[in-house]
Amino acid sequence: MAFSAERLEQIKEIKNRYPAGKHKSALLPVLHLAQADHGWLPIDVMNDVAEVLDIHPIEVYEVATFYTMFHLKPVGKYVLEICRTGPCCLVGAESLIQYLKNKLNVEEGEVTADGLFTIKPVECLASCGTGPVLQIGPDYIYKENLTEEKLDQLIESLRAKG
Amino acid sequence: MGKQILLEHINKPGINTIDGYMKNGGYASVEKALKSMSPDQVVEEVKTSGLRGRGGAGFPTGMKWSFLDKKSNKPKYLVCNADESEPGTFKDRYLMERIPHLLIEGMITSSFALTANTSYIYVRGEMMYVIRILEKAIAEAYAKGFLGKNILGTGYDLDLYVHPGGGAYICGEETALLESLEGKRGNPRNKPPFPAVSGLYDSPTVVNNVETIAAVPWIINNGGASYAAIGIGKSSGTKLISACGNINKPGVYEIELGVPVEEFIYSDQYCGGIPENRELKAVVAGGSSVPILPKELILKTANGEPRLMTYESLSDGGFVSGTMLGSGGFIVFNDQACIVRNLWNFTRFYHHESCGQCSPCREGTGWMEKVLHRIEHGHGKMTDIDLLVDVAKKIEGKTICPLGEAAAWPVASAIRHFRKEFENHILHPESCSAKHLYFGTLAVH
Ligand SMILES: Cc1cc2nc3c(=O)[nH]c(=O)nc-3n(C[C@H](O)[C@H](O)[C@H](O)COP(=O)(O)O)c2cc1C
Ligand code: SF4
Ligand code: FES
Repeated sequence: MAFSAERLEQIKEIKNRYPAGKHKSALLPVLHLAQADHGWLPIDVMNDVAEVLDIHPIEVYEVATFYTMFHLKPVGKYVLEICRTGPCCLVGAESLIQYLKNKLNVEEGEVTADGLFTIKPVECLASCGTGPVLQIGPDYIYKENLTEEKLDQLIESLRAKG
Repeated sequence: MGKQILLEHINKPGINTIDGYMKNGGYASVEKALKSMSPDQVVEEVKTSGLRGRGGAGFPTGMKWSFLDKKSNKPKYLVCNADESEPGTFKDRYLMERIPHLLIEGMITSSFALTANTSYIYVRGEMMYVIRILEKAIAEAYAKGFLGKNILGTGYDLDLYVHPGGGAYICGEETALLESLEGKRGNPRNKPPFPAVSGLYDSPTVVNNVETIAAVPWIINNGGASYAAIGIGKSSGTKLISACGNINKPGVYEIELGVPVEEFIYSDQYCGGIPENRELKAVVAGGSSVPILPKELILKTANGEPRLMTYESLSDGGFVSGTMLGSGGFIVFNDQACIVRNLWNFTRFYHHESCGQCSPCREGTGWMEKVLHRIEHGHGKMTDIDLLVDVAKKIEGKTICPLGEAAAWPVASAIRHFRKEFENHILHPESCSAKHLYFGTLAVH
C-alpha cells in the first residue's frame, strides 16, 4: 500500500468534503498526496489510489495523464518548474531557462546525474508581475524576480541540502 | 488612487488573520446578511450594484445568481473559480495570499444568497501555498462560528472547502472546472444545460471568480447603489488590474473603472511608464486571450477619444480597432518586444492547453503554432500570413468552449495590426529587433 496509516486518515477526511457517493472528487487532492510521498506516480501507486477511492484504475490514469503537475516518470528530487509563458519571456525567462539547462547540463524532463534536479518549463504561474518565476514541489514555494545569480544561489543551497 | 474597496486594508498589520481582519470591519456582511436580510434581498443588492463577473466575461453577477434554479430539490452549490491561469493575470493570487478572509467572507455571504450549504474554492494546484493560507483562514472562520452549523445562531449552515487543481489552464473554464472538481479530466461540457440548472453533481451551481466574490461584502455593507455610483455606467465599481511586461512598476492595482489607459500606463500611481524611456509598442489589456492593440489604438479609440479602462471603452470599435477588459491582465510591450515571437509563445500555450475534444481547436491551435514557429525561425512564406488568418477564422465559433476563440483572437489581431512585422520576419528574419531574447541567435529547426 502506497499510503501510511496517517495518510489513510487524511484521505478519509478529504473524502468527507464531498457528498455521499461523490468521493471520486477526492482524486486530485489524493494524487497530490501520493506524489508528495513518492516523488512521482508509478502505476502501482496509482492503483493504490484507485483502491482507496474505490474507483477503477483507468479513472486514475486518465486523470493523472491530463494534468501537467503529475509526473508520470521518475524526476529529480527537486523539480524546477520554471515559467515559459509570454509575459515572463518579456522579462527574460527564455534566457534563464537556457542558463539553467547549461548550468545543470540537462534537457527539459531529464534528471541530473546526482538525482537532484529536473527542469520542467511550465505555463503561466500567475506571477507575471514578479517574473521570471519558478516553483519547486512538493511545497510549491514561488521563487520570484529570478536572475542568474539567484538561480546560482538556489541551486547551491539545494545541493547543500542534498 | 481612486476608491479602494478590495485593497483598502491590504497593508494593515495582521490583516491575514481573522483578528486583524475583524478589527478592520471584517465579517460585517455576514452578520448583516444572515441576521437582517433574506437570500433574495442579498441577490437584489448585488443586482443593483451592477457588479460584473471579474473572471473575464464580465457577465452581470446578480443576473447570473437569479438564474440559479432555487426551486430544484437538489442541493445548491457555489464554486469559486480560483484557477487563475490566464497569462498576464495574477490578481486573485494576490488577494488570496494577502487578505484570505475577504474571499471567505464573500463566500459565506454569497452562499447564503444562493441558499448553498456546501461551497468550494477551486484553486489551481500550483498555488499549493495559497491553499494552505486559505485552509488556515477557513479553520479560523469555523472557530469563530462564521462557518459550520447554525452560523451566528441564525440557523444557516455552511461548509466551505478548498479543492486543488492539477495544472490545466482549461479548468478555469467553468464547466471544465466542475468536471475537474468531480475528479475527472477537465473537459468542458456542452451547454445547455448551464450550471445554474445542472452544474456540480448535476445540481444547480454558480461559478464565480475570486475577485467577484470578494466584492460582495462591500456591496452588502454599503448597499448596491453605492457600488453602482463608483465607476462609469455599466462598468460599475473597482477592478483589479495586474500589470506586467515592459513597465516600471509591475503589480496589482485597484482602479475605479474609468481611469484613462494612458494615465494607467504612465502615471506613477500605476505602471509608472516604460523602463529606460523606451516607446510603448502594444498592449494586451485583458489577459492573453484578448486582441492585442498597437499604441495608437490602446491610448485612443479609432474616433480619437481617450481610451478608458472600462468594459465599454476597451471594446469600442469591436475587434477591428478595439479589445476587451477581460480578466484585467494588462501586458505591456515596448518597442523592442517582438510581436511574432510573443504570438508564437501564446499560440504554443493554447495548443498545449487545448483539452483536445474539438478538432478545430485541437488541430487548429497546433497548426497555427507550427506556422508561427517557422515564421519566427526564419522559414516562413508570405502565404503563411493569410493561412494563419484563415485557420483562426475556422476555429472561431466552432468549438465547445471559448478556448478556441481565446486562441484565435490573438492571432487575428496581431496580424491585423502588425502585418508588416510578420512580413518583415519572413523577408528579413535576421532583422528582428528582439533577437537577443531568443538565446542569442535565430535557432534553425
Ligand atoms: C479557457 C478559459 C479559461 C478561463 N479561466 C478562468 C480563470 O482562470 N478564472 C476565472 O475566474 N474565470 C476563468 N474563465 C471564465 C469562467 O469560465 C467563468 O466565466 C467565470 O469563472 C465566471 O465567474 P465570474 O462571472 O465571476 O467572472 C475562463 C474561461 C475560459 C473559456
Ligand atoms: S474549444 Fe478546445 S479547449 Fe474548449 S472544449 Fe474544444 S478542444 Fe477543448
Ligand atoms: S507568464 Fe510567467 S507567471 Fe505569468
